[in-house]
Amino acid sequence: MNLTNSLTSFLGSATIEASNVDPTVNLPVAASGVFSFMWLLLALPVLGSALLLLLGKRADKWGPIFAVLMVCGAFVVGLFLYFAMLAESANDRPVNLHMWDWILVGNFEAPIGMQLDQLSMVFVLLITGVGGLIHIYSLGYMKDDPDKRKFFGYLNLFIAAMLLLVTADSYLLLYVGWEGVGLASYLLVGFWQYKPAAAVAAKKAFVMNRVGDVGLSIAIMLMFVTFGSVTFTGVFDAAPGASESTMTWIGFALLLAACGKSAQLPLQAWLLDAMEGPTPVSALIHAATMVTAGVYLIVRSGPIFDAAPAARDAVMVVGAATLIFGAIIGAAKDGIKDVLAGSTMSQVGYMILAAGLGPVGYVFAIFHLLTHGMFKANLFLGAGSIMHSMHDQLNMRRFGALRKVMFFTFLTFSSGWLAIMGVPPFSAFYSKDKIIEASFSVNFWGGLAALVGAGITSFYMTRLWTMTFTGKARWTEDNQHPHESPKVMLFPMAVLGLASLAAGFLLAGAIETWLAPVTGFEEGHLPISSLAMESISLTFVLVGGAIAYLQYRRGVPITPPQHVSALTVAARDELYGDAFNEAVFMRPGQWLTRSLVFVDSKAIDGIVNGTSAAVGGLSGRLRRIQTGFARSYALSMLAGAVLLIVALILVRM
Amino acid sequence: MQSFSWLTSIILVPLVGAVVLMLLPAAKTELAKRLALFFSAVPLLMVIAMALQFDADSTAEFQFVESYSWIPTFGISYQVGVDGISLILIALSVILVPLVILAAWNDADDAIGSVKGYFALFLVLETFMIGVFAATDVFLFYVFFEAMLIPVYFLIGRYGGPGRQYAAVKFLIYSLVGGLLMLVALIGLYVASANELGEGTFDFTTLTNLNMDPGTQKLLFLGFFIAFAIKAPLFPFHTWLPDAASASTPGTAVLLVGVLDKVGTFGMLKLCLPIFPAASAFYAPVIIALSVIGIVYGALLAVGQTDLKRLIAYTSISHFGFIGLGIFAMTTQAQSGSTLYMLTHGFSTGALFLIVGFLMTRRGSSLVKDYGGVYRVAPVLAGLFLIAGLSSLALPGMASFISEFLVLVGSFEKYTVAAVIATTGIVFAALYILLMYQRTMTGPVIDSCKKLPDIRGREAVAVIPMLVLLVAIGFYPKPVLDVINPAVDRVMVQVGATDPPPTVQPASESNAEGSEATGEGGAGQ
Repeated sequence: MNLTNSLTSFLGSATIEASNVDPTVNLPVAASGVFSFMWLLLALPVLGSALLLLLGKRADKWGPIFAVLMVCGAFVVGLFLYFAMLAESANDRPVNLHMWDWILVGNFEAPIGMQLDQLSMVFVLLITGVGGLIHIYSLGYMKDDPDKRKFFGYLNLFIAAMLLLVTADSYLLLYVGWEGVGLASYLLVGFWQYKPAAAVAAKKAFVMNRVGDVGLSIAIMLMFVTFGSVTFTGVFDAAPGASESTMTWIGFALLLAACGKSAQLPLQAWLLDAMEGPTPVSALIHAATMVTAGVYLIVRSGPIFDAAPAARDAVMVVGAATLIFGAIIGAAKDGIKDVLAGSTMSQVGYMILAAGLGPVGYVFAIFHLLTHGMFKANLFLGAGSIMHSMHDQLNMRRFGALRKVMFFTFLTFSSGWLAIMGVPPFSAFYSKDKIIEASFSVNFWGGLAALVGAGITSFYMTRLWTMTFTGKARWTEDNQHPHESPKVMLFPMAVLGLASLAAGFLLAGAIETWLAPVTGFEEGHLPISSLAMESISLTFVLVGGAIAYLQYRRGVPITPPQHVSALTVAARDELYGDAFNEAVFMRPGQWLTRSLVFVDSKAIDGIVNGTSAAVGGLSGRLRRIQTGFARSYALSMLAGAVLLIVALILVRM
Repeated sequence: MQSFSWLTSIILVPLVGAVVLMLLPAAKTELAKRLALFFSAVPLLMVIAMALQFDADSTAEFQFVESYSWIPTFGISYQVGVDGISLILIALSVILVPLVILAAWNDADDAIGSVKGYFALFLVLETFMIGVFAATDVFLFYVFFEAMLIPVYFLIGRYGGPGRQYAAVKFLIYSLVGGLLMLVALIGLYVASANELGEGTFDFTTLTNLNMDPGTQKLLFLGFFIAFAIKAPLFPFHTWLPDAASASTPGTAVLLVGVLDKVGTFGMLKLCLPIFPAASAFYAPVIIALSVIGIVYGALLAVGQTDLKRLIAYTSISHFGFIGLGIFAMTTQAQSGSTLYMLTHGFSTGALFLIVGFLMTRRGSSLVKDYGGVYRVAPVLAGLFLIAGLSSLALPGMASFISEFLVLVGSFEKYTVAAVIATTGIVFAALYILLMYQRTMTGPVIDSCKKLPDIRGREAVAVIPMLVLLVAIGFYPKPVLDVINPAVDRVMVQVGATDPPPTVQPASESNAEGSEATGEGGAGQ
């Protein structure tokens, strides 16, 4: 045992010189130079949200702009850090900034510290970059909302929590960011609290996420009990010594956490309801960043899943199942945001699938996460732009012909549409195809799911695009003049539109080199050539898209047809995800709660009251006591005192 | 030991205040309130001054010790002193009382009892609460423990709302039953010490060094434990609490649930464990089972409540389950977590009760269905309610998260299944808090809430300090944990428990140390 251990360790340290780096040995060094300022990443949005939320109305005027500046400031800090990191050699890139001792009890230690390595770096840029754009967009989108300041305060809070999540150097501090984004999501989904649906959706998202958080809690506890540490370096350093069964438990617990946050089966049901939030929120939190936190968690925990094959396979299965599940929902929904939400579920499924492939897939999970962050944010902002000009109309059966009146939105949206389908050279062509290839190299069924998913993706996105932009106008009578959105909204859409086009091309190849020192990377081996694989998946994409276009190009009836296949009925109802939760958890839970309330008041309290009635006649006493309870108390005190003295004297004798 | 009798002075100041209040003419209500605030602020300042001189790393078990012979015939003395655990709880008491007085400013204006009486009772209660935490003579502890009942009984029975007399008597009888059992055990303890030492004693430190046989320990332990389990309350001794809390004024409820009940868990940790180590180990599995049941049971019942005060009372039963679990899991993390939990629960529940109180003064009801859309008309009040709720559901970043997580991780080390079941409590906690918030604060504003005013200055001053402390300790718990840890370490030694080591050694260390550690790691699975 020890021999193998030291051997692995020896080989591990030897391989550092080789290009294939073992992530467990690649320890971060203490931050210095530019890196000693990385706390600014957190401090700026924290400051923004604190000022906006605590100053109240005093901050109404300058608050939103201030919030935008804080996020953009964080983005600039991120850029500085990125270039500083670029200047270091690959193995010297991870840095750690210890800020203060947090929890120290016995041998339990959790510091407040940041760890910035290649993996967290790309997240920092994504979060602050896309986050900054969405902040700018919100200046236009939320312009007339009376609670605009609060909205921006919450957005800054979200950015801070999300950055904490990806830069924390321990699982426990990650947990703070993890629930912090959950809180921000709760506040923002329920931003229009006067709408009961929004309030319910916000609560549902938080509670379902808490189910996942049980997993995260248990994982952290297992880590502490097993390794005596909850920091990344502490856990990964000791990971090789743990048994497979322990690692499998930890892996499954982490997967549960990821399912909650990333809306994967079986904890997916909250995401569609979360669309009740303002659309910039959907773009930032429920598409580009927060829902991908589960992917981050799994990729970050690579050394654990590497030692737990069963857990890793489970990750793959969850990802594959959810990517099909979400895509089917997306194909049947009529609300534009619902389709995009189903799509997010499905695309995050791709990432989880890739993360379940191990070192073959980690980098592609992150690659797709980045491109998806851009094109999905783009699509959501486009949807927001449409809603903005259509009196918050969401129903695509009420759209049509919008290309003519919103040409700019049409352009950026089309870029996102081509990107998500994976049409070359748009971004997901690079990232999604890599996942399909990598999946086939590990597991045929996983690959097949990814391939079929690509076809369905193409179908629902083309359906959405066709119903929205082409054909005849099916607008409601009271809104016959949709118009283009203001420039402050168009600018972020333009940037993201370009990113949807170019991100894949720019990152392909480079991302593997960049991430490999942290996540590890192995080339997957396909039985057929890469070109053949690409052709097959492109065929699926084209067929899916063509079917949708041919079916919907002539327009759709304004009321959804009722005589449809059972699958469509099910998909419209989100494949009965809610019905399942209701039948299995909610209704039995309500029944249990109600009967417990009854039991508590009648049985448990009843026994107590009954006993006391039998012994001392509580009911009779109650009546008497109402007239002179002070006296009776004094009496019982006296009795007690007498008893005590007698007892003590007896004992002395 | 030191020139100034800190603890005795802190104990006496509120009592003096109560006497002064009672001497005032009944009509001078405003003066009575101000004096009450003054007499509760003084102990706060004194405790701060005392805490600054507290040496967390001292080798002495108790500091600021004062000892005067009281009834020498029975070895009873007036003896007080503090360690880290009692210091934290005294701090909780002296922080909460002035805040409660501030929040309860107009609570008694229409009560049958006098205004000055109401505030005098708070002050009397404060004296007894500080006394019970400071006592290092078990008999003195008992006296304070029982004496606390008197002011609470009157606070509920004379100043409470509907059902107050039923609730007050129920509280009293429950407590007296517990007290009686404790009294019997106390005498037994005295006999046991007399048998062993030749002369009986109630001195805490001497009692912890007794070598009682396990059979005696088990019997005596039960006497103390049941009294504490009723006070805390642990499942199934809890049914008095929802009645008492819902019949009390919010201010009384805060002190009842926030501090008074902590005497129960404090007693388990500081009396049961050190004096009856063998019995504690023997009963631990049963108590842990009850605690875990309480966590889930209390939470489920909280979900099903229709009255805000009862709802919060049931959340407390769930939280007391966590504290009990942590105490009897007997690891450093769990016990430090439980001690911190006593503090954080006091603040979060205190804030919740007070805010419900503010709602009640506006709307005259504590029923969930009488509220709706309050967020629109009173956003600050709703926001504070949410923050207090988030603390109650142990959101990471709040101090309550640290305490709850420490309890869970510490219990997980020895009682994995119990800890996992307890962890599901975090889902229920999210449910009962957010459901309550959703039903009362969100949605369209219902007619009866349309004119609800937002929070006033005095109310804000009463609640905000608690929330600030919860956030501050959440990110920087070191000052508090530094005080708690040495005291918990001592309890661990007294009870003879140790933390299990990690099953796997870090690769870098095991390579240096040789085969043993790694071999164990492999076998440990």
